[in-house]
Amino acid sequence: MLAIQILIDGFAISTLYALGALGFTLIFGVSGVLNLAHGGLMVIAAMIAWYLDTSLGTGPYVGALAGLAVCLVAALVTYGGIVRPIENSRAVPAHERELFVLTATLLWGVMIQEALSYAFTNSPITVQPLIAGTVSILGVRTPINEIFIAAVAWAVMGALWLLVNRTQVGRRLLAASINPRALTLLGFELDRIYLFVWIIYGLLAGIAGVLLGSFLGSGSDYVPGLTGSAFTIVVLGGLGSVSGTLIAAYIVGYIETLTAYLVSPSLREVPALILLVVVIYMRPQGLLGRR
Amino acid sequence: MSRKKTAFAAALAGAAMAVVPVAAQAANPIVVGITSEIGTIPGKAIANGATLAAEQINAAGGIDGRPIKLVIEDDHLSTTDAIRSFQRMVRQDHAVAIIGTFVSEVALALEPWAARLHEPYLITGAAANELSEYVHKDFKAHQYIFHAYMPAAYLARAVCDASKATLVDQFHMKTAVVMSEDAAWTKPLDAGYDECLPKIGLKVLDNIRFAPNTSDFTPIYQKIEQLKPNVIIAGWAHVGVQPTVQWAQQKVPVALAGINAQAGSDVFWKATNGATEGVITGSTAAPGVAITPKTLPFTDAYVKKFGYSPAYSAYSTYDAVYALADALKRAKSTKPLPIVHALEQTNMVGTQGHIAFQGAKSKFAHALKYGPDYVTGVALQWQAGQQKCIWPLKLANAKAKFPGFVPVPKS
Repeated sequence: MLAIQILIDGFAISTLYALGALGFTLIFGVSGVLNLAHGGLMVIAAMIAWYLDTSLGTGPYVGALAGLAVCLVAALVTYGGIVRPIENSRAVPAHERELFVLTATLLWGVMIQEALSYAFTNSPITVQPLIAGTVSILGVRTPINEIFIAAVAWAVMGALWLLVNRTQVGRRLLAASINPRALTLLGFELDRIYLFVWIIYGLLAGIAGVLLGSFLGSGSDYVPGLTGSAFTIVVLGGLGSVSGTLIAAYIVGYIETLTAYLVSPSLREVPALILLVVVIYMRPQGLLGRR
Repeated sequence: MSRKKTAFAAALAGAAMAVVPVAAQAANPIVVGITSEIGTIPGKAIANGATLAAEQINAAGGIDGRPIKLVIEDDHLSTTDAIRSFQRMVRQDHAVAIIGTFVSEVALALEPWAARLHEPYLITGAAANELSEYVHKDFKAHQYIFHAYMPAAYLARAVCDASKATLVDQFHMKTAVVMSEDAAWTKPLDAGYDECLPKIGLKVLDNIRFAPNTSDFTPIYQKIEQLKPNVIIAGWAHVGVQPTVQWAQQKVPVALAGINAQAGSDVFWKATNGATEGVITGSTAAPGVAITPKTLPFTDAYVKKFGYSPAYSAYSTYDAVYALADALKRAKSTKPLPIVHALEQTNMVGTQGHIAFQGAKSKFAHALKYGPDYVTGVALQWQAGQQKCIWPLKLANAKAKFPGFVPVPKS
């Protein structure tokens, strides 16, 4: 019974981790940006979904869609207002741009956290589950919302895989991640490709934020933790590697769940962090990383 | 300027200097500092409770004609921020007293500063026993501190008294698991639970402590479910939303009672999307329940001003501001020791009950007196989106009932 419980709980957590980290690694893979405001964008989606549902009475579905939309806008503001001006700035030396973007997105994340705290307080909230109730899976009572979350997350990840591997625009994204200069020489506008990938990123972060908010709650204090967790998974899997991120998400999710069940819930994050240190030491590029 | 004019101007200036302090004194506000965690439900309630009390006191003529001016500072749950703002409020704002914080760790860090700076300090939401034990330990040096809320030992006793009258006597529950966040206030609380729960007929099957940053409570609930207790007796203040939501979403077949401090405010209902239905929590007071003639007017005024019901710390802070104002009137001074001595003589009806402080010889020196004649708190339960009082029985406006997924033992 305990093993089944660990399997189910670990699967749900890991899938959410994967979805949350996927956009983070996609942005890095295609445009070389490490967006440290990532957690802030996820929390924006959850808070808007919660606020519209509970305070304006829109219902959970409209709330979730609105959270998604606002997260998309916030992602585009991050790109257009923070990342792009630095990348186009002549005042910032080319070899220091990545560092400047890193610092700027970190500060942007802090600003988002403070703004959310001011607007909604830093008390945690929970987004209403899109489907209520429980079912028994092999004798383990499981919230239907948990299954729904895993299904949605896998559907989204499947759609992303199809987009990247089976469409023209997806192949351009791949090309941009491998050799952006060659793509420019072929006449493609990198800015349009980057804008497109930020749109996908905004949608991924929004979906992950709303789903996570209905599973583990959300709030302004969650911002650094969510960024940190995505960062850990992406570094472990290999920066920019989508498949590496998926594998790392499941490794981290199951290690955490095993620790929580078999050792102590208070120590659930420790073994994964130890593993991260070991991987960085033994294989700095991560499990499937190229850079 | 001629010598005559100079002399005239000097005389005018002298007269002005002689008159202005007297005039300023008449309208000179009495500054009271509030330190709190504004981003949290209990912290915001401290600021709100103080604001409401100060407005009412000022509207009624202030303290001998002088209005109370509040300086409210957010300590962001940080002891460093709290100490800095405490020092600033004493030295720059010249606050005659400081009130606040629901975080025991923050209050414990502020106590030595209250003693060193000889600043009257009323703690209005934190519950660690050590807060008033610190006063008892070196009374002469630490007498400036008042624990204007119940120590955890009394909170545990109140939970046991309420559980005996409801869970044991009415529902025949026999077993419990204690589940507390790992914090300074829950150590004495758990010790109190372990001592008094068996005495009322609830066998403690396990005592689980978890880190306040725990995000997934599923493993804890799985462990508890295997023990098959009738009730979880909680000790939660820093956390509340996530364990409550997962309890409801996963339909954990065990009643949830004890202290779930955030559930004392109706903000919690929205934060949990109603998952708090059926949750029992100890609190200082409950909406709609007239513990004293002051309780209902306070809750009505609070809801009217802020749009939501007060959390437990709003009641204690509101009472503390009134106790301080009363002490300032009796002391006829804003100096620390006269204020302290006047506070020690506090004997007033507050919103939570009869307010009086314990003496130096008590283990919990300068803490609120506990008991049916003083303050006991209440046990409230969320029923159909409303906070209902289920204990003390003489004040109860509802009988406890549980969600469908919680089995109730047969007698």
